[in-house]
Amino acid sequence: MQAVREILVIVLILLNFRLLGTSRLGACVQTVALQAVVIGLLPLLGPRLPAPWVIAMVAAATLVKAVVLPALVRRALRETGVVRELEPLMGYTLSILTGTGLLVLCYLAGRQLQLPQGGAGQLLIPATLFTMLTGLFLIVARRKAITQVLGFLVLENGIYLFGVAFAVHEPWLVQTGVLLDVFAAVFVMGITIYQINREFDHIDTDRLSTQGLKR
Amino acid sequence: MRYALLHILFALAFAPLLAGVINRVKAFFGGRRGPSLLQLYYDLFKLLRKGAVYSRTTSWVFRAGPCIALAAVLLALVLTPLGTTPALLAFPGDLLLVVYALGLMRFVTVLAALDTGSAFEGMGASREVQFSALAEVALLVGLLAVAARVEAFSLSVLARQAWSGGMAWPSDAILLLVAAALLVVLLAENARLPFDDPNTHLELTMIHEVMILDHGGVDLAMIEYASALKLWVMGAILVSLALPLPTAQPMLNLVAGLGAIMVLALLIGVIESVMARLRLVRVPQLLVTAGILSFLAVMVAMR
Repeated sequence: MQAVREILVIVLILLNFRLLGTSRLGACVQTVALQAVVIGLLPLLGPRLPAPWVIAMVAAATLVKAVVLPALVRRALRETGVVRELEPLMGYTLSILTGTGLLVLCYLAGRQLQLPQGGAGQLLIPATLFTMLTGLFLIVARRKAITQVLGFLVLENGIYLFGVAFAVHEPWLVQTGVLLDVFAAVFVMGITIYQINREFDHIDTDRLSTQGLKR
Repeated sequence: MRYALLHILFALAFAPLLAGVINRVKAFFGGRRGPSLLQLYYDLFKLLRKGAVYSRTTSWVFRAGPCIALAAVLLALVLTPLGTTPALLAFPGDLLLVVYALGLMRFVTVLAALDTGSAFEGMGASREVQFSALAEVALLVGLLAVAARVEAFSLSVLARQAWSGGMAWPSDAILLLVAAALLVVLLAENARLPFDDPNTHLELTMIHEVMILDHGGVDLAMIEYASALKLWVMGAILVSLALPLPTAQPMLNLVAGLGAIMVLALLIGVIESVMARLRLVRVPQLLVTAGILSFLAVMVAMR
């Protein structure tokens, strides 16, 4: 079990790098969904099997994050007709290199933090921090509104896993709250992206902010 | 010792066969019969019987290139283990020497290419150097990850530990990561498909083939043979580190290693058949990704 968790954590880190390195938005959505599945599996593979209601909660959260939210984003993709992120603010190779730097930072920070209950492996905390930072990085370094929405989802994945890692008693309450927030956010964003697209014929946030200046 | 010698003899004899296997697999996917498995042997014999023509712009550098390249790859071969079969020469730090023996081979090939004074070959040399600079990081860091885990610095010891399955599961995750990184490096360094198309001649996108256009006769034979041996050396390293196949019999281990290298050639053939060449601007990205796999392996190893 320990070994499987270890591998899942590595897969999680690699998925983050895939998000940083790919320009296809469809692949990004797929990666985020896959990440949600990996994060959903991690708490179930602990030393002891969690209580049934906890399993149900994890299953529900995973279902929302791996199926419902990606479906919403895909719908936005389809309706805006965007296939790939061209001209990001930061190139893909540079993004990957920045990701490596972030990973080192997270590793150093993760060594300072001691996990309340062990058994998750030393790499778990750096991986969660790295997932959060990847989400933030995507929000900052990409132009398209959809990639930024995906960045929020990744950020939420990281926060969720952080909660699981520090779970002593009842982290599920916190996570349900976070999940609700994100669900609402993506819902609003999905609608907003659609509206922006209908108004301006594109979803390029960079050009939105300069719209007033050009006029 | 006996088995190490045997491995080297096998490598010298069978290295050109790898190219035949790869081409056969590609022909099978393409629905053709394909060239004979021994085609590279025929080519080598044909080239050996030919004389060489040297351009007046070239100097001794051009003539020394193929000899030094072959010598460098032979040095790497002597230092390369295959599974539990140790290398003929093994000492702490030999993994650095293997990597840089291959580096020397590349260096003299590049020098010979530049020596011809052809702009076309200079372009190929520039690309070769650019990509191998990235590949070298992935290769070295990956080997160092395994070295950090096993706490040994000799390729033979690393291979024996990894092959005999003496590592616990988390370190097997290291082996998986390193194996993936090494596979990418192997494809890049041996001018294989996602990076370079070995079939295209005189095309602006190729890398390795363009550098050896001016070589002929014995020189070309040496270069082709050295390339085949290089594929064998890198394949042997990859197979040794990636496959935990513990058996007690040394002879059986050697045969299993040879089989694994042939399977690797099959795998390369399949990869070449199902993938298209990457756009040139995407190549560094893939190599950087391989470097990150290695880097992650180091992080896992250092816990």
